[in-house]
Amino acid sequence: MTFEQIIFYLFSAVLVTAAVGMVTVRNPVYAALCLILSFFTSAALWLLLEAEFLGIVLVLVYVGAVMVLFLFVIMMLDLNLDPLKEGFARYAPVGFLVAAVIAVEMIMVLQSGPFQTTTPAAAAPANNTEALGAILYTDYVYPFEIAAVILVVAIIAAIVLTLRRRPDARKQDISQQVQVRREDRVRLVKMKAETKEQA
Amino acid sequence: MVEFLNNLLTAFLPDWLALLVMIVLKIVAIVLPLILLVAYATYAERKIIGYMQVRLGPNRVGFKGLLQPFADMFKLIFKEIVVPEKSNRFLFLIAPLLAMGPAFAAWAVIPFSDGMVLADVNAGLLFLLALTSLGVYGVIIAGWASNSKYAQLSALRIGAQMVSYEIAMGFALVGVLMASGSLNLGDIVRAQSGSIFSWFVWPLFGLFLVYFISGVAETNRAPFDVAEGESEIVAGFHVEYSGMAFSIFFLAEYANMWLISALTSLMFLGGWLSPFQGLTFLTDTPVIGLLFGDGIHWLLLKASFFMLLFFWFRATFPRYRYDQIMRLGWKVLIPVTLVWIFGEGLAIALGWTPWL
Repeated sequence: MTFEQIIFYLFSAVLVTAAVGMVTVRNPVYAALCLILSFFTSAALWLLLEAEFLGIVLVLVYVGAVMVLFLFVIMMLDLNLDPLKEGFARYAPVGFLVAAVIAVEMIMVLQSGPFQTTTPAAAAPANNTEALGAILYTDYVYPFEIAAVILVVAIIAAIVLTLRRRPDARKQDISQQVQVRREDRVRLVKMKAETKEQA
Repeated sequence: MVEFLNNLLTAFLPDWLALLVMIVLKIVAIVLPLILLVAYATYAERKIIGYMQVRLGPNRVGFKGLLQPFADMFKLIFKEIVVPEKSNRFLFLIAPLLAMGPAFAAWAVIPFSDGMVLADVNAGLLFLLALTSLGVYGVIIAGWASNSKYAQLSALRIGAQMVSYEIAMGFALVGVLMASGSLNLGDIVRAQSGSIFSWFVWPLFGLFLVYFISGVAETNRAPFDVAEGESEIVAGFHVEYSGMAFSIFFLAEYANMWLISALTSLMFLGGWLSPFQGLTFLTDTPVIGLLFGDGIHWLLLKASFFMLLFFWFRATFPRYRYDQIMRLGWKVLIPVTLVWIFGEGLAIALGWTPWL
């Protein structure tokens, strides 16, 4: 067994444990942390496959930003677990049906052609960040730009939907505050010193 | 030295074990000096701020107080670690480690001198961005697991702050990688060789300022240290921690400060490159040539300068209000980086190569 294989099995074990833990633990914060751990270990597995860009971006985007916000929301909820578990028996058959459909679909995909090759079709480029960038900005530049525009629209839509203007709310104008100069607030007054006779 | 050790190990051990031992030895060679640097950064901070405030600073333990960090360390080791009763024990104890791990792991891709790097990876810059974004977990988990209102408030503050400032930081790094054409930190430094005027700090001055300011915000240092603003929320996320558990947070904070300082020097000030590059009468003389030539000492010197800036900020600036911090990050720093990157793109397209 080579060194890489040992590392692979180690990470795989952690990944499977974390993934199982994510759906079985009761505490939602633990579940979110398990999900983070499984993202992180799958990123490590991608690094082993020399897909460094994908692995690092998974950590950067999902672990570093998306899951932080998830954790945020979960931490602030006052969680009462009992209502969440209500109706488990009622919805269980539907859940199993969905799980079975997903399992069949995944098996079909994994049995299909592209996944059956044992060796990669082309030799991996030494610097796959650069290679990905070159393809993304030449061959796929229009789909890429369209995806970017859609994302921007989504961001603006989210902001517009949640923005509430309340005319009666009193706010501080920070840019006005930080532009204040000393002369606006401080007035130096020259006075003659008091003499002994005056006092 | 490295070659000799490698040969010695492969003679006695199977290949994979020799590789493992070699990597562990290199890690120790980076982490031990780093911990010493961290220890003396705390001493330097107290001394420097002391002098700025016309005090003496620590001067009792050892010559001029030089053993003070060790005295502090022993005190902290022997203190009791109090675990609050209603806290989440496992997460409470693992949180300091989660804060420290990324702060140390990021040093794997830092080139200390030409070729002197633990992992010479192609996507070094991305790796650093990913790891610095992980540091927030230690703090958030600490805040939640403590089961304390102050810690929880601090965790929320720091989470939002770090996610916001990461964006400005990432954009500043985009400017650097456009100028250097590489994500490898060694190549980024090599792209700045020539003379002091080919350092990226000149064409990318705005990004340099944005990067360092965001770095100060990322490490929760004054004036952006609302996460532990003692006048509002006691000590913030580590209010329930004591002894070693507290000192590990402290260690992580200072290791992160050194990391930001080293990265700013690598990406904008030419890292290990000497400012006297090109002045052959200085660099080619036998003895002082070593001093004036390129080497790890320049990186250390530049990083130390940025550490001084960290302390200087703390001694001079009043703390920002939280909404002011958010405004600075989103409405000032991010637009500055966007405009600068656009201008840089134009400059590259027009072929103004001497500066880029």
